[in-house]
Amino acid sequence: MTPLVPDDIEFELLLEAIWQKHGYDFRQYARSSLRRRMEAFLQKYNLASFSHLQYRILRDPSFFGRSLDEITVRTTEMFRDSFFFTALRNEVLPILQTYPALNIWHAGCSTGEEVYSVAILLMEAGLYERSTIYATDINPVVLEAAQEGRYPVAKIKEMTKAYQQSGGVLPFSNYYTCKDDVAKLNPEIKKNVVFSTHNLATDESFIDAQLVICRNVLIYFDRNLQDRAVALMTRSLSHRGFLCLGSKESASFLKAKVNLEVFAKDAKIYRKL
Amino acid sequence: MRKNTRIIVIGASTGGLEALRTVLSGLDRDLNGIFIICQHIERSARLNYKMIFPDVQDYSLTEVEDKQPIESGVVYFAPPGYHLYVERLGYFGLSLDAPVNWSRPSIDVLFESAAHVHGCQVVGILLTGANGDGAQGIREVKRLGGITIAQNPESAVADIMPRRAIETGCVDHVLDLKEIAPFLVRLLRKDHSSHKGAL
Repeated sequence: MTPLVPDDIEFELLLEAIWQKHGYDFRQYARSSLRRRMEAFLQKYNLASFSHLQYRILRDPSFFGRSLDEITVRTTEMFRDSFFFTALRNEVLPILQTYPALNIWHAGCSTGEEVYSVAILLMEAGLYERSTIYATDINPVVLEAAQEGRYPVAKIKEMTKAYQQSGGVLPFSNYYTCKDDVAKLNPEIKKNVVFSTHNLATDESFIDAQLVICRNVLIYFDRNLQDRAVALMTRSLSHRGFLCLGSKESASFLKAKVNLEVFAKDAKIYRKL
Repeated sequence: MRKNTRIIVIGASTGGLEALRTVLSGLDRDLNGIFIICQHIERSARLNYKMIFPDVQDYSLTEVEDKQPIESGVVYFAPPGYHLYVERLGYFGLSLDAPVNWSRPSIDVLFESAAHVHGCQVVGILLTGANGDGAQGIREVKRLGGITIAQNPESAVADIMPRRAIETGCVDHVLDLKEIAPFLVRLLRKDHSSHKGAL
């Protein structure tokens, strides 16, 4: 490994400044991807170095609020990885059928596409009426968008295809109405979803859930923070509850795995021991 | 990972799997190297690497999972649909950040992160491809002291990728496809003997 160069040191100081000034802890994020996003940022605002960005973040009151949205990643889709949703539909929901009430925590929900995908599965399984989905994200801007549940019509075609690939058999048009170039999800899909900010790096458990979904969020964390987040989510599960991670994420490199067993290997669904 | 282990990053696009077959099957066993491959591929692809590379038996072939430790004697592949990064702490990272050069995984992303972390230990190789991804990565590998190789465009199924790399002026060696594995074997064997000599 090469020694740290000034850029590396400035980058670490920038993360420290964000933490001390704004209370967002990116010091435990995976460095390489975070740094690439921050570098894009330097270009966009025409800043010469991370030290210049640090100055701006410390001194310009509204700058950080606007930039948080770009530092965090908002990629999300409906029914991403059809095999995951197939496993959720066919293997997990039948077990959850036996519970009189269901709490579901969707951590790192971004603009909500995956939350509503899960809501649709629950509706089709006849479970939604007894379910509450707590959807959280670190970024309040994306939560506003998620709450709206409005997506560009241009996305509908791929959403429909992903829905069908995951085993959905109803007309997907049952779930939205189009006006101009916006597809608005029907209110019944949204009615049992509660949105709130929550930071996996600093906040605590707030729920006793039967199902926790946190997909493609941990990839942005370093191993220590992954361990904290997985331990926190496992604590938030009731006895024999389910934890769903992204399909290229794994609990097997973490200490927190001791409280989990593999339930569906490829779909990365774990179960609390 | 030993201190003088070479990190060999390989980027390929159109025609890449075929070219990779030639390179990987030419590697001797027990080379002190870590091979990391970014092949552009459709994001929902699910690949069986043992079937694609039946001749590669001395190295295990692995599609990377997030935070997987990086070990010698393994050939790692970027998972379809994700960017692949080398992290400082001896493991891989993944992201779903926006595509770079219309590609995710992007070769630039992999090469830059490898160069930032491992500097002069990195060997960057660009094979066949119809897109300019990887040229910026080659520049960064070279800037930080690594060795850079492009497949001879004449021997490539698609020549844009190696040509763009060569145009940067940062490519050390332009090699025919068949010469790449022997070059790596010589390089890694030489590391080995000079390292022994130092002891």
